[in-house]
Amino acid sequence: MSPVMSPVMSRVTDSMSRQRAATGLALIVLAVAAIAFPLVFGSPVVTNYAIYALIFVAVVTAWNMFSGFSGYISLGQAVFFGSGAYAVGIAAKAWHINGVAVFALLPLAAAVGAVIAVPFGLIALRVRRHTFIVITIAVFFIFQLMAFNFSFTGGSVGVSAPFLPWSPTTFNDRFYYITLACAVVAIVMAVLVRRSRFGLQLRAIRDDEDRARGLGVRTMRVKLVAFVLSATVAGLVGGVWFLYLTQVQPQSGFDPLFDLSLVLMAFLGGLGTISGPIIGALIVEPGQLYLTIRYTNGYLSEILLGALFLLIVIFVPRGIVPTAGEWLRRLRTRGRPAVAPVQTSPRAETRA
Amino acid sequence: MARQIYQAIVDGILVGGVYALMAVGLTLIFGVLDIINIAQGVLVILGAYLSYTLSVRIHLDLFLGLLITVPAMFVIGVVIQWAFIRRLRGRERTSMTLLVTYAVALIIEGILYEIYGPNPKQLNASYVQSSVHVFGFYLSYIYLYGFALALVLIAAIYALLYRTMFGRSVRATMQDHTAARLIGIDVNRVAALTFGVGVAVTAAGGMMFGATNSFNPNSGYDLISRLLAIVILGGLGSIGGALVASVFMLTLESLVTIWSPEWAIVVFYAALVVVLVIRPTGFFGRQPVRAQ
Repeated sequence: MSPVMSPVMSRVTDSMSRQRAATGLALIVLAVAAIAFPLVFGSPVVTNYAIYALIFVAVVTAWNMFSGFSGYISLGQAVFFGSGAYAVGIAAKAWHINGVAVFALLPLAAAVGAVIAVPFGLIALRVRRHTFIVITIAVFFIFQLMAFNFSFTGGSVGVSAPFLPWSPTTFNDRFYYITLACAVVAIVMAVLVRRSRFGLQLRAIRDDEDRARGLGVRTMRVKLVAFVLSATVAGLVGGVWFLYLTQVQPQSGFDPLFDLSLVLMAFLGGLGTISGPIIGALIVEPGQLYLTIRYTNGYLSEILLGALFLLIVIFVPRGIVPTAGEWLRRLRTRGRPAVAPVQTSPRAETRA
Repeated sequence: MARQIYQAIVDGILVGGVYALMAVGLTLIFGVLDIINIAQGVLVILGAYLSYTLSVRIHLDLFLGLLITVPAMFVIGVVIQWAFIRRLRGRERTSMTLLVTYAVALIIEGILYEIYGPNPKQLNASYVQSSVHVFGFYLSYIYLYGFALALVLIAAIYALLYRTMFGRSVRATMQDHTAARLIGIDVNRVAALTFGVGVAVTAAGGMMFGATNSFNPNSGYDLISRLLAIVILGGLGSIGGALVASVFMLTLESLVTIWSPEWAIVVFYAALVVVLVIRPTGFFGRQPVRAQ
């Protein structure tokens, strides 16, 4: 480094540490807001929205951990979600577990998600992106049909959860914190994966799988581990969702719109970023829920969902977070030379 | 028992012809545009509703109605490609086109619900109910006519691809986009027309589907997953593969139905998974490592 550069460099490190402090502060504010939310909005109607939003935050973050980082778009996340839900329901019935003790079954839901993901991944990850999407759809339909046809899944009636002896407000408040915990776990996992060598390998696969393999990345193993991690979270959250809704049917547990909503959320916010899918989930899920409650026939919400898709693709094809990041950067650097070293270094890409 | 099995095989082949008609459009679109058109299923249903409207409102024969619905669907296809798919480029193109066609599917489905409601409909004509007894098999007229129609249309698509200048540009584009553009082919025009042709054949497929099944706006999902299974099994982009895979899958399903109708559809998808484990490119697939 020449001495001429040093003022610039010090300004760069300065702005970076300031940014880090701002991020930390924002996280604390967010955490306080998230924890205080049910204390401020006590109504079960409001917390219901929040719980669904958090469920989707957790699942879409888990989805993004595999599909967003590796570029393999999966339309089979509902397989793990639904299986987690069914696992809790069936186990509770078979082992006669009642009351609060059913929460002890949640690790089982996560394990079921993971166990299903291993053979699923071993088959589906052998092929490249286009075919992968189709295989996940096929496996998804196999699971939905199995749920319809097996006797232990209760056919089209499905399975109901044991009764939890809580008043509606307590019920929603407690589930709010449970789903919040799930969302936090999923986000922390995603951040750790993204920052690790493993996450870097995943993104190398996304950019150029053949070259990644040429450089010594064990692509199959990396993809499979990410797939299983993502499935574990989805299974866990599926179990929580089931206990909250107290029932699961084949159409609700294995819902094709569920997978599409996940993809929409991730694309809306920004595929492969951490905050993007979260923001996407916080926008899309309450909106969808509102429309379903408001217009019971559901057709209008379908048309609107489709139109929203098209608008995103046309106007913000890269998602809100990357596009907004670019605007901010352009605003900040307007009129003077851009601070080149920060933007061109590979670190600039890893933040977000 | 043996009689039942033979009947199932004959049924499977006839129904397979109808599915081939729908799958050919899908695989053609993939071959040229390198995208998977998720809306293909709901477009089939849209074709069925167009035929339904023509036959109920102005009492037009189902097959004659195709003279109106096929061009109509062609225009719809070209418009969809022109408005939404043409503008997608870049690394995430595959996933984006998937989303866009899915969004189109959702919108069409919602509109169909608004117009026709959720109650199942079925197309009707004198030949839908009656059947003929040949060599001890009961063959329903609609399947025979439909199979013949499928053969004619698939032959027409083959002729279009292998006997015309347009077909030559389509095949050149399938092989190599950049090279095709370099030798002066208007790749965008080829893409739009191919999408139109791929969607136009769904009008015929939809008429056949609507005459042999009851359908509502939601039927597109089940259909698209079957069609995807078929085109993957046949090898994406291979028209012959789509034909063979449709007949294979539908015969298999029809055979399993003898023992258990509930599990027949599971076998359908399981066959796809098994084949892909053995041969990741499908029956007639090209290289698995396609430029992405």
